[in-house]
Formats: sequence, C-alpha cells, structure tokens
Amino acid sequence: MESILNWISDNQQIIYIVILMIFVGIEVIGRVPSVLHTPLMSGANAIHGVVIIGAIIVMGKAEADNYLALVLGFLAVILGTLNVVGGFVVTDRMLEMFKKKKPPSPKGV
Amino acid sequence: MELNILTLCYLIASVTFILGLKMLSNPASARKGNLVAAAGMTIAIIGTIFLYESDGQKLHNYGWIFGGLLIGGIVGTLAAKKVKMTAMPEMVSLFNGMGGACAALISAAEFYHIYKLHQDSPGTPFSDIVSVGTYVTIAAGAIIGTISYTGSIIAWGKLNGRVKDFSFKGQHIVNMIVLVLVIIAAVWVYRSNIGDMYIPFLLIGFFALIYGILFVLPIGGADMPVVISLLNSFTGVAAACGGFLYDNKAMLTGGILVGAAGTLLTILMCKAMNRSLTNVLIGSFGAGNKAAGAVAGKSSQGNYKEISLADAAMLMAYANKVMVVPGYGLAVAQAQHTCHELEKILEEKGVEFKYAIHPVAGRMPGHMNVLLAEADVPYEKLLEMEQANDEFKTCDVVLVLGANDVVNPAAKNDPASPIYGMPILEVEQAKTVIVNKRSMKPGYAGIENDLFFQPKTSMLFGDAKKVLQDLCAEVKAV
Repeated sequence: MESILNWISDNQQIIYIVILMIFVGIEVIGRVPSVLHTPLMSGANAIHGVVIIGAIIVMGKAEADNYLALVLGFLAVILGTLNVVGGFVVTDRMLEMFKKKKPPSPKGV
Repeated sequence: MELNILTLCYLIASVTFILGLKMLSNPASARKGNLVAAAGMTIAIIGTIFLYESDGQKLHNYGWIFGGLLIGGIVGTLAAKKVKMTAMPEMVSLFNGMGGACAALISAAEFYHIYKLHQDSPGTPFSDIVSVGTYVTIAAGAIIGTISYTGSIIAWGKLNGRVKDFSFKGQHIVNMIVLVLVIIAAVWVYRSNIGDMYIPFLLIGFFALIYGILFVLPIGGADMPVVISLLNSFTGVAAACGGFLYDNKAMLTGGILVGAAGTLLTILMCKAMNRSLTNVLIGSFGAGNKAAGAVAGKSSQGNYKEISLADAAMLMAYANKVMVVPGYGLAVAQAQHTCHELEKILEEKGVEFKYAIHPVAGRMPGHMNVLLAEADVPYEKLLEMEQANDEFKTCDVVLVLGANDVVNPAAKNDPASPIYGMPILEVEQAKTVIVNKRSMKPGYAGIENDLFFQPKTSMLFGDAKKVLQDLCAEVKAV
C-alpha cells in the first residue's frame, strides 16, 4: 500500500498530465462530423507515431557491442518512422481531396 | 542549455498535437491540422536526435538512427503515396500495427537493458531493482503494443480479403484464458530473479501475440473500422507507456491524447451504426449469425425484377431529382469518376442530382466522402443521413450503387435481424429504386435485403463502373 502511495506522489506530475490529457483528447474531437472520422483516425494514428522518440533513445543509448539492443532499436526506429511518415502522408492524401472547390455548375449556387 | 531547448521542442510538439487534432476535426482546417502536427513531430524527432542526453551522455549510433529513419521514411512515403483510395483503411491499419510493434520493441529493449545492467548478479530478485510502477509501464507497453501489432495485421488481412472471419464455440472463454495467461506471465517476471526472468518475459510477448490475433479474428469484416480505431487508441496508450518510461512529456501527451481521442472516436463510430462497443467486440455480427441470416433469408426470398440499361437511363433522364446511394461496390469498382460524369450529364438535362451518404457506407466511416471528393464532387451535393432521409420523399429515382446493408429495411422492421436498430437510408420512400449490384449475393453483414424484392425496386446487375459508363452513354442518347 505504502509503495503505491509513494509511487503516486513520486509521479504526480505525470499522473496529472495523463488525467488532463484524457479530457483534452475527448474535448478536442468531441464534435467531429462523421465525414472526417477516417482522416481523423488516420491523423491520430500518425500522432501516436511519437513513439519513434523512444525508439531513437533506445537506439542512441545502445552500446556498440550490444547487438541485440542494436537490432531491437534499429527495427523500432524503422517501424516508428513508417508509422509517422506513412501516417501523415496518408492523412494528407485523404484530406487533399477535401479541398474547398468552387462549385463547377452554376446550378449549385 | 541544450536540454532546455529540447524541453521546449517537446513542449511545442505537445501543443501542435493538440492543435492538430483540434483542426483535424473541422473540414475547413483539417489539412492544415495534419501539417501542424507533422511539423511538431519533426521538431520533436530532430530535437531528440541532436539534443537528448541521459546521465550527461549524448546519443550515439547516428548511422543506425539515420539509416532507420531513411528506410522507414522512404518505404512509408512510397506505400502511402502508392496506395489506392479504396485501400486506405488497410493502410492505416498497417501503419498502426507498425507503431504498436515499435512500442513493444522499446519495452523489450528497455527490459533487456535492465537485464544487461544486472547480469552479474543473477540471484537478485527483479522486484528489488525495478519499482512496481515502472515495471507495470514496461509490461503494459510490451503487452498493449504487441496486441495492437498482431490485431492490426489481422484487421489489415481481413480488409483486403487475405484473412477470413473465423470463430469457434467458446472463443470468448479462450480469449479470456489467454489474457489471464498474459497477466500470469507478467506477474511471474516480477517475481523472478534477474537470471531467469527472460523466459516468462518471452511468454508475455507470445501470449500477447496470440491474444491480438484471437481478439480480432471473430469480429466481422464490416466492423473492422471500429476495431482499427480501437487498436489505434491502444497504440496511443502503448506510446504513452514509453513516455512514462523515459519521462518524456511529448510521448506522454501525444500517446494519451490519441488514446483518449481514439477511444471516443471508436464510440462515435459505434454510435453511427447504433451499436454498442461491447456488441461489436463480442462479435454478435460474426460468422455464426452470418450463416443464420443466410438461411433465414432464403425462406423469405421472393422475386426480384431486372431493369434494362436503356430503361434505367430513360427513367433517370426524365426524372426531376435523382439521388445516388454509394456503397462499397462503388469503391471496389473505382467508379467515383464515372459517377461524377453521370451527375454532370444528368444535370445538363436539368435533373437535380444528389448523393445520400450513410455514415458507415463502404469500409470506413467517411469512406464515401473521401472517394467522391477525389472525383471532384462538390460538398454541397453530399447529404448526410438525416438530410437524405428527408429528401427521399421528393425523389424520383434512387440509384443504389453497390450499397446493401445501409439500405436494408430489416434494420427498421425486423427485430431478429443482426443489424436491427442501425439507422438506414430509407430509400423505399422514393418513387423508384434502382439497385446496382454484381449479383444477388448478400452484403457484408451476410443478410438478405428485402428491399430488392419490393415492387418499387429493380435490379441492374454488373460492375458499378461498367454499368455507370453504359448509363452515361444511354442517357446521352436519350
């Protein structure tokens, strides 16, 4: 029990961030129209690619003779980059099509 | 100084993630929002590479880091650029899986790092070295990341038809058992000594792999978007675990943000189908019902009538108002451009032409909007469900293009139907309904559609693109 309480008070900053972020996340997309569900999901997918930072840290900390860590880190960097780059590019491609255009037919207005 | 700049980088990144998500949920700013988030991400990545220090030591292995970034960047860009619009959902799922695997690998590497540090004293209990909180984050990152990885791969396979729906009796019990095994293995690791903890750690990974597969396998293909969205928020949480591990606020905020927003998005998607998340996950839509639905459908099967292309063209050319209900059939046939062409031809003849978009038509919410936007169909012509349902009454011809379940009246009338309660496009209110399908085979939910047998409805069989091309020619000739 005490160790849990200690852990909470040691990490209270982080716990606050987590709780506040949960509310921000819910609030921020609360009123998204269903048209944007797919691009939003794809955009969120790209954002969690921030895990790449962890991969870079793992890679950068690995000692040169620690092959397992090197391989794990290298794979993680590749996969993370795929997630980030692919995610943002796919989202951009989806959204490119939502560009506001002048209605071509005079009937439309 | 440098570390302070890095802190600033992470702060900027966190803010851009929030702003980006906010802008992404509004059509006018969505594209910019995506770029804003991407810019923040770039700042965070570059900052990490050059400024990060741990215990006063800079990162090394730059060759490996840039090599990985280069490979991932090139492959990711090519894949994202090359993928067809219809295959977007699969692509998102695949990228999500990569993120999950990345989070799992980070946990594994961190775990190995701890093991390496204390290799010389294999008798030390693991719990003496790592606090419960830290261990839970490492384990959670590994477990959630792995589940997200295999789950996404299965979802990807299901969407492109490589993996078939599969379920067996008592599957939920088996799933629960596997999940319990994951937790047992996790506890076992914590109770082991340094020297012999890697076997249970591998077991965690192994059982989590299996769980990810079993979790997604029984869920019907039509529900994959919901599953992908859920796995997306899983990966977010896994990323946040990494953020906790390295006390990295950008990872933490980004991950939790996506975790929360993704969960809400999942619920919103379920709502659009008028189903609960449990209902989707337990998979009452799954293979069992598919068989039952098909059998029940057979008995009620009546006669349907076919319409010739010329007649259909005639009907539409002389109508005042035509509405199109696009579905997955339109997407597979890549018929969006031809559809837009038909729209233009009919409008020249003074016909009012609109699209009725069901929120879950196609394979993903918003799928149809993306496709039609690709073909330059203006926004104003796309009606959302409520609007469309009001307008069907004044509509002379409704052309259903490869949509099925979203226009199935069973969702309104038949409480026994697995899709009962899902809001549908009430096309039968229009004067005539023309349904284009490739065959009489049931749609994704695997249930018969009474609409096809109603006197108002006529069938126009064939590939959506081919049929639309022929229709264009015929209408021009009228």
